[in-house]
Amino acid sequence: HRASGTWVLRAVHPRVLALASLQAEEVQQQIIRETFHLVLKRDDHICNFLECGSLFGGSDYKLIYRHYATLYFVFCVDSSESELGILDLIQVFVETLDKCFENVCELDLIFHMDKVHHILQEVVIGGMVLETNMNEIVAQVEAQSKLEKAEGGLSAAPSRAVSAVKNINLPEIPRNINIGDINIKVPNLSQFM
Amino acid sequence: MCVLLISGKSKEAEIKRINKELANIRSKFKGDKALDGYSKKKYVCKLLFIFLLGHDIDFGHMEAVNLLSSNRYTEKQIGYLFISVLVNSNSELIRLINNAIKNDLASRNPTFMGLALHCIANVGSREMAEAFAGEIPKILVAGDTMDSVKQSAALCLLRLYRTSPDLVPMGDWTSRVVHLLNDQHLGVVTAATSLITTLAQKNPEEFKTSVSLAVSRLSRIVTSASTDLQDYTYYFVPAPWLSVKLLRLLQCYPPPEDPAVRGRLTECLETILNKAQEPPKSKKVQHSNAKNAVLFEAISLIIHHDSEPNLLVRACNQLGQFLQHRETNLRYLALESMCTLASSEFSHEAVKTHIETVINALKTERDVSVRQRAVDLLYAMCDRSNAQQIVAEMLNYLETADYSIREEIVLKVAILAEKYAVDYTWYVDTILNLIRIAGDYVSEEVWYRVIQIVINRDDVQGYAAKTVFEALQAPACHENLVKVGGYILGEFGNLIAGDPRSSPLIQFNLLHSKFHLCSVPTRALLLSTYIKFVNLFPEIKTTIQDVLRSDSQLKNADVELQQRAVEYLRLSTIASTDILATVLEEMPPFPERESSILAKLKKKKGPGTVTDLEEIKKERSSDMNGSAEPTSVNASAVSTPSPSADLLGLGAAPLTNSAPPPSSSGSLLVDVFSDSASAVAPLAPGSDDNFASPDLASSEVVSEEPADTVHDADELFHKFVCKNNGVLFENQLLQIGLKSEFRQNLGRMFIFYGNKTSTQFLNFTPTVICSDDLQSSLNLQTKPVDPTVDGGAQVQQVVNIECVSDFMEAPILNIQFRYGGTFQNLSVKLPITLNKFFQPTEMSSQDFFQRWKQLSNPKQEVQNIFKAKHPMDAEITKAKIIGFGSALLEEVDPNPANFVGAGIIHTKTTQIGCLLRLEPNLQAQMYRLTLRTSKEAVSQRLCELLSEQF
Repeated sequence: HRASGTWVLRAVHPRVLALASLQAEEVQQQIIRETFHLVLKRDDHICNFLECGSLFGGSDYKLIYRHYATLYFVFCVDSSESELGILDLIQVFVETLDKCFENVCELDLIFHMDKVHHILQEVVIGGMVLETNMNEIVAQVEAQSKLEKAEGGLSAAPSRAVSAVKNINLPEIPRNINIGDINIKVPNLSQFM
Repeated sequence: MCVLLISGKSKEAEIKRINKELANIRSKFKGDKALDGYSKKKYVCKLLFIFLLGHDIDFGHMEAVNLLSSNRYTEKQIGYLFISVLVNSNSELIRLINNAIKNDLASRNPTFMGLALHCIANVGSREMAEAFAGEIPKILVAGDTMDSVKQSAALCLLRLYRTSPDLVPMGDWTSRVVHLLNDQHLGVVTAATSLITTLAQKNPEEFKTSVSLAVSRLSRIVTSASTDLQDYTYYFVPAPWLSVKLLRLLQCYPPPEDPAVRGRLTECLETILNKAQEPPKSKKVQHSNAKNAVLFEAISLIIHHDSEPNLLVRACNQLGQFLQHRETNLRYLALESMCTLASSEFSHEAVKTHIETVINALKTERDVSVRQRAVDLLYAMCDRSNAQQIVAEMLNYLETADYSIREEIVLKVAILAEKYAVDYTWYVDTILNLIRIAGDYVSEEVWYRVIQIVINRDDVQGYAAKTVFEALQAPACHENLVKVGGYILGEFGNLIAGDPRSSPLIQFNLLHSKFHLCSVPTRALLLSTYIKFVNLFPEIKTTIQDVLRSDSQLKNADVELQQRAVEYLRLSTIASTDILATVLEEMPPFPERESSILAKLKKKKGPGTVTDLEEIKKERSSDMNGSAEPTSVNASAVSTPSPSADLLGLGAAPLTNSAPPPSSSGSLLVDVFSDSASAVAPLAPGSDDNFASPDLASSEVVSEEPADTVHDADELFHKFVCKNNGVLFENQLLQIGLKSEFRQNLGRMFIFYGNKTSTQFLNFTPTVICSDDLQSSLNLQTKPVDPTVDGGAQVQQVVNIECVSDFMEAPILNIQFRYGGTFQNLSVKLPITLNKFFQPTEMSSQDFFQRWKQLSNPKQEVQNIFKAKHPMDAEITKAKIIGFGSALLEEVDPNPANFVGAGIIHTKTTQIGCLLRLEPNLQAQMYRLTLRTSKEAVSQRLCELLSEQF
């Protein structure tokens, strides 16, 4: 299996998350690696839920994922969430990305990670669902863009910063990842329940 | 958490490039020129990106925090992003960050407020909760707060409540939050519902009014034409997310009492069920997903209420349809929901009609998680009528089951087979099959259990012996089968010895042919079987003695095996037939307790999941099968509150006259019941009693206690100075447990007497004795107890206590009874001590020292310097001082290592104020304890009592 860039949205009850963030990167990376192995080996016609091991906080938690072309969107939720509801939420998130980026592709996610993050922040904060109405989310995101433009002059800031990063001159724009040897970082972004 | 995975082809080149860039950024930040906002933002953003590429970032935090106080949205935003990603909750920067957040929350600028709230919710640390848990409710319920800010505030509060519930105060705002359920903005309602659901789980009373509001909101959504809700309609389903949340909220409460509300809710649920039957409005999977999300939640609520048979049966039929749906997700969820439905008495029968579909799922599903759900459901729907079919199917499945779930299936099969066995031959067959198919996954509990059942039911013993004998004929059989076989033939081999095909010698040779392939514990068990054979079949005694005498036994490197061989050989040579018959008698029946297998399954599945189901099923099946029920002993113990767990911990060690050494490797049966009261003499093949000399084997002697000595149980007595519950005394016959409570000068003590033997105690008379001195200061009233205490039973006695004036000694509890042929008499001190009548007093440092000075008369102070008997742990010390009864005063003593306490001793005649101070000296491992009270004797006594505690 090859997937060139994966967004894993991890959604955990804060209790577990607190633990995860305390135990820092090794554990987080282990979680990510585990998630990969669990999700990637599944073919498309089996169910989108799977029970996770102790790493994810035990039997009360499920991984719920959706597969779009080369991307997997994975949420980890406890039993207080509706499974199908989460599938819907992933769909809403993806549709919103699509609207905001006009035909979203992986590179958008990679090079506009700040924007993606802000979109996610409009859907989910602190592990909890904030908004499910796509129009509302898009409106919020657009309002932000307007603010950015209004402050303009100097900026279009994040995008400039990002292009600055682009010019760091990475040997090649990454296309394929080899899960085996990659150094995975899990930033402690929105923790999800 | 978001993860971004990127990797270049040449990792080295990437790392080199990034290190260069990091050095560049570092020099910019350290440079003399102050950076403008734009540059700062640029570099912080670069750092963030590099971090996301998987490199460590250990600087830039301060620059990010600086960005927070910028007035530019874009700078603020990057600053907050950096902080949410890179600052963990322990950072000392938190204080600076909190300041910036505080300013933004007060800014009245909705965008800035939003950023700040998101940051709090994402970090969610305790420090943040301390700083903002009071502020956020105000923002949430303020009339002029923008909708989007309200949404964020609600979720932010929820996050803080989850991480630090103690820091979120309930108050006026709660009722106003409930009214957010009526808000016009559906996003606000959704966020508020999430918040209320979590709060209501802990404070149901406070949020009770949310039920009717939630029902009417739900009703408006469900009955609306899908266009009414415009933006919140998702693929033709009106506000599915909110509906799900509302249905979840309602699951925090029982069915509404108000008939109007209840009717309206029923109407909603019916409408949702009806809509499921309508043709889909769209072919898209999103449409059916959203619709079914609501439907499943409605079914969960119906199951939770468990009160409307009509709805329950409809729900069951709906789930039945899903069981055959082509979407795997729906089949999975249907199996899961049906599992809970199976435990409702209204729908149990309806669930059972789907058995064939479920069995089919077990055979054909490609996904192990779905198959696992199918196993769960079969287990849940099992009852007497279908047990044979279900057990057979599970056994079938076990042959090919995934390794990950085999052990659980084994436990389930074992439980079902036992619970629903009409015919115990079926039970024995099933368990032997289990061992054959999945021997490695058959845990000790399972094979212990089959032995208990065979021993307790004489109708199945012959069959069991015959069956294990046949099973052992297989050239390769699992070691667990050898254990069961060895045990059962050792007990009941005589029942099949009449058949020449299973004559004693053949039985022995069959077992012994497995001997050398087995592990040490199994071999130890087989040796015990052999000595039992000596008793059962005198005709093969010499053969067995030859085996025991062989070098491989007598000189075995394993101590346990060697010891058994030596002792058994000696026993078989010296003891007379009568003595042999007594020692090696058939095992007595086991006391009936909850199946240890069930306990194991509960443990495996975690509390809650199995329990409910089991409780319900147990009730339902109680009339059919007594064997899984706890005995009355157990039941009575269960009804007493928590500390009784201690009291029931009757020793498991077999009873012989010399105290048996702590059992070790070979103790195969000791753990069978968690609180087993297995008593008395006959030698179990598995037990490892040591026969030092044969004459000791003549069992059942218990030495009489000298009548006049008070038990030297001082250590136990002192344990009760700082606690009120526990075991006061225990010997081989009797256990005495205590549970007591005290208020002011009054108290009440429950004494539990547990008979650890299987024989009745007669003329059982406990008496509480006070010396003449004590009688004038302590009033004790007791009621007599029943003079007969059955084997394994526990009786209770209440002592009412009144403290008239301060006292020194402790009352004596004397117990006399007849056990077997002997008269027993024993006495223990009853831990009623002066400190029990303490009431803690809080006081300030100033007050404390003022009073301390007032009590400066040398007669009022008693001091003791003593060596620490226990490790000097401050937390334990604090707990003991509190347990002693006084208040523990913090920040009173100028030296924080010292402990200071204050309280009042209440007696009927007077009240005595007491101050205490304990100074540990860690280096010398010593304490100095000082007591000051208005009465010398009290200071003296309290000092004595407390000194013993450290």
